[in-house]
Amino acid sequence: MPHIHSPQVISDHGLTLDEYDRICGALDREPNLLELGIYSVMWSEHCSYKSSRIHLKTLPTEAPWVIQGPGENAGVVDIGDGQAAIFKMESHNHPSFIEPYQGAATGVGGIMRDVFTMGARPIANMNALRFGDPEHPKTRHLVAGVVAGIGGYGNCVGVPTVGGETNFHPRYNGNILVNAMCVGLADQDKIFYSAAAGIGNPVVYVGSKTGRDGIHGATMASAEFSEDAEEKRPTVQVGDPFTEKLLIEACLELMASDAIVAIQDMGAAGLTSSSVEMASKGGVGIELNLSTVPCREEAMLPYEMMLSESQERMLMVLKPGREDFAKAIFDKWHLDFAVIGNLTDTKRMVLVFDDEVVADMPLDSLADDAPVYDRPHTAPSKQTAIAASDVVSPCSTLEALQRLIASPDIASKRWIWEQYDHMVMGDTIGRPGGDAAVVRIHGTDKALAITTDVTPRYCEADPFEGGKQAVAECWRNLTAVGAQPLAITDCLNFGNPERPDIMGTFVQAIHGMGDACRALDFPVVSGNVSLYNETNGQAILPTPAVGAIGLLKDSAQRAHLALTPGLKLILLGAPAEHLGASLYLREVCGREDGPPPPVDLTQERQVGDFVRSQIKSGLSIVHDISDGGLLVAATEMAMAGGCGLDLSSIEPPTNPHAYWFGEDQGRYILATDHSDPILAAAKAAGIEARIIGSSDDSGELKMAGGETMSIEQLSERHERWLPDLMQ
Amino acid sequence: MRCAVIVFPGSNCDRDLAVALEAATGRAPAMVWHQETDLPAVDLVALPGGFSYGDYLRSGAMAARAAIMQSVITHAKRGGFTLGICNGFQLLTECGLLPGALMRNQNLKFICKDVVLQVETNASPLLQGLIPETTMTFPIAHHDGNYFADSATLQRLEDEERVAFRYLDNPNGSSSDIAGILSENKNVLGMMPHPERVIDHDLGGLDGARFFEQLCDWAAAA
Repeated sequence: MPHIHSPQVISDHGLTLDEYDRICGALDREPNLLELGIYSVMWSEHCSYKSSRIHLKTLPTEAPWVIQGPGENAGVVDIGDGQAAIFKMESHNHPSFIEPYQGAATGVGGIMRDVFTMGARPIANMNALRFGDPEHPKTRHLVAGVVAGIGGYGNCVGVPTVGGETNFHPRYNGNILVNAMCVGLADQDKIFYSAAAGIGNPVVYVGSKTGRDGIHGATMASAEFSEDAEEKRPTVQVGDPFTEKLLIEACLELMASDAIVAIQDMGAAGLTSSSVEMASKGGVGIELNLSTVPCREEAMLPYEMMLSESQERMLMVLKPGREDFAKAIFDKWHLDFAVIGNLTDTKRMVLVFDDEVVADMPLDSLADDAPVYDRPHTAPSKQTAIAASDVVSPCSTLEALQRLIASPDIASKRWIWEQYDHMVMGDTIGRPGGDAAVVRIHGTDKALAITTDVTPRYCEADPFEGGKQAVAECWRNLTAVGAQPLAITDCLNFGNPERPDIMGTFVQAIHGMGDACRALDFPVVSGNVSLYNETNGQAILPTPAVGAIGLLKDSAQRAHLALTPGLKLILLGAPAEHLGASLYLREVCGREDGPPPPVDLTQERQVGDFVRSQIKSGLSIVHDISDGGLLVAATEMAMAGGCGLDLSSIEPPTNPHAYWFGEDQGRYILATDHSDPILAAAKAAGIEARIIGSSDDSGELKMAGGETMSIEQLSERHERWLPDLMQ
Repeated sequence: MRCAVIVFPGSNCDRDLAVALEAATGRAPAMVWHQETDLPAVDLVALPGGFSYGDYLRSGAMAARAAIMQSVITHAKRGGFTLGICNGFQLLTECGLLPGALMRNQNLKFICKDVVLQVETNASPLLQGLIPETTMTFPIAHHDGNYFADSATLQRLEDEERVAFRYLDNPNGSSSDIAGILSENKNVLGMMPHPERVIDHDLGGLDGARFFEQLCDWAAAA
């Protein structure tokens, strides 16, 4: 029998014919167009996690300090004294490629709403950005737009953007990645959840009016791009950070009372997903009268209202009788407030418009019973190991250093973070440019350390090791400032999951991440998955971005990387010998092969715990060794402190380039004037440690054999690359 | 000394400014909502940074028409001390208490970084504890900090010793490197840099603490 909707209409809604039959089964009839639209977004990859869900379940999500793991708007961890940190990272990739300013801006707005929905005041934003080849004609336009958008939104709301990371690679030419993270602070007894409760309780809409923007954004984000990507611009939402600021203040003011039963922001799939998720989590039904939804435009249809992704809107369930009290708060902040429905005991979603029922669907079929796929996946092939002795050095050590320090992934990102207000709220005590940002908990001696990390070239070469490394590097960056790592949020960016090789990469990366999380007691408390990052069949590098937070109980006991003169530099961990998948290989030798350096998780933990204990005992200058290896890390310390660095006592090793630029994992540089006790303590702990040089006020980098180079010149190259590109 | 901080929808440095004023005076300032019409009895009215009304019109233009501003203008014209930082400075030019305007930064980008300022005068109770020709380091964080005034106005500002601070390395294209100016009677100070962001060592410096301490000193002395 022919369907009432043509196959074209069904596929335009991103649904397969099998999925359509399943909808008919759930409804016991064919869906009308409104219902089809609602199933379309709820069953989209973006909302349903249908390809990823069974694999995500393997990640560890619990620890004694975890208050809320994945499944809510954001993750919640205990930071002592009755306080909680609430945080999440989310992708806004597809919209940012189509319209970089608004795409990135609304990504920031959306992630902040996820956090303040739970009762937290946002205290810091971070981001993880990937762009295409710097020379690609679109790259500069995208970088400029994304950075302006992130700044434009966060600066206006008044939440500091305290750091992040930015990579460039041709594999992102057709799909950039914009992953935004927000960290908020709440009292543990004032955390709000999304599960609706109380039959008959009013369902309230607050915030901006609903317009025709962003319709089907979630569906758009669940498909590949072809050349016509830019024609999808109408699916990108437009942000209004001023309204967001008002919404934060109004919601926090209302949250100080006991009027709210449940609250959820309207993010992807807007009114549809917020109402479905709240009702389904609470095991209740919901009836909405769409004639009462505040609309920005005239004659909006139910289909448009339910699928709009207009920004800065929230849905809440109030205690009965508290409507007037709540409305007065939103009136004060000049925000819309409308009772648009109530909870029922039917476990169905019923939508009424102009006194007619226009949709009636069982909630389970929209949420919990949405399709889940175990997509076929094939294990990626392993890269052949590269012996350091087989890599021919094309240039001298210092020339290689010069190139690396000004290469796209290592070059200073000051041009970016100076466009972000990173100091507003007056608690940023570790500014961008360090291993992790450090933000004080207002009015206390405590601080949170925050970082985002992943090394996509490692994930491409070996997704399992790459997944491990992303988690371990976050843990290491938090450790390097002295923080106790607490938990992570993940943002898993991959290509088309219907391709077994891509799916295989995804599965392996999750296994690697899970292993590292378990070994480091570093659970996943929130996250998001972004698939179909593919254009004309070309997928991005696998990019499981990890955002993480750590706690400094006493912010006076923290470390930074800026070197001062008169100190000894200690290398913690073994000398490097691994050049596979390194930046040296890519930027200096022009090769992108070889396996990534493996992460030994036991050693990682042992060395990291040692570093943290030394920082507690007074060590204050630490830097972890990552992209570019030992010499790049040491040079970064000298550049940050503007002092000289003497490494001339090191005899040229057999494979100098592997020694200086190998990216062997789990290593740190410490700078101290008390090197003997630290070396002794390391020896006692069974950790390899040695002095590699000293700092001075010469302003020069000195190598064995009399080779020298001005730190200021290196710094100039390091700082110039991005501004020159963006001129 | 008693202070008030005016809060507009979109102000976002109101808390930072209150913290700095409390640290300097030992007294929490009154936080005054923009819809109020009367000011409490205070010695200093402070207009904070942020994006009042989203700065969707010209920065500060909407806030200049807020209900409370009539009282602020009366306070300033009667000789009451008034400080505007960043959006507060923009607002002071929009409501006519200070001359000139803050245009979009010359590079058209938002800029957030430390800048070095030269103190140009201490001929105001708000600056009496500073030493001319010394420098202070404060952060800036703005999109519209490019100070503009016609040449006659600029000349008057110079002649009347009303330039409070100048940038040593002009970050935004401001005329005559101006970072902050005084009103004719020298009781109103507007400045783009944020002294409230450097009030303890952990935040990157103490110049802001010095600024607020001397600013609050005169009242104690008076």
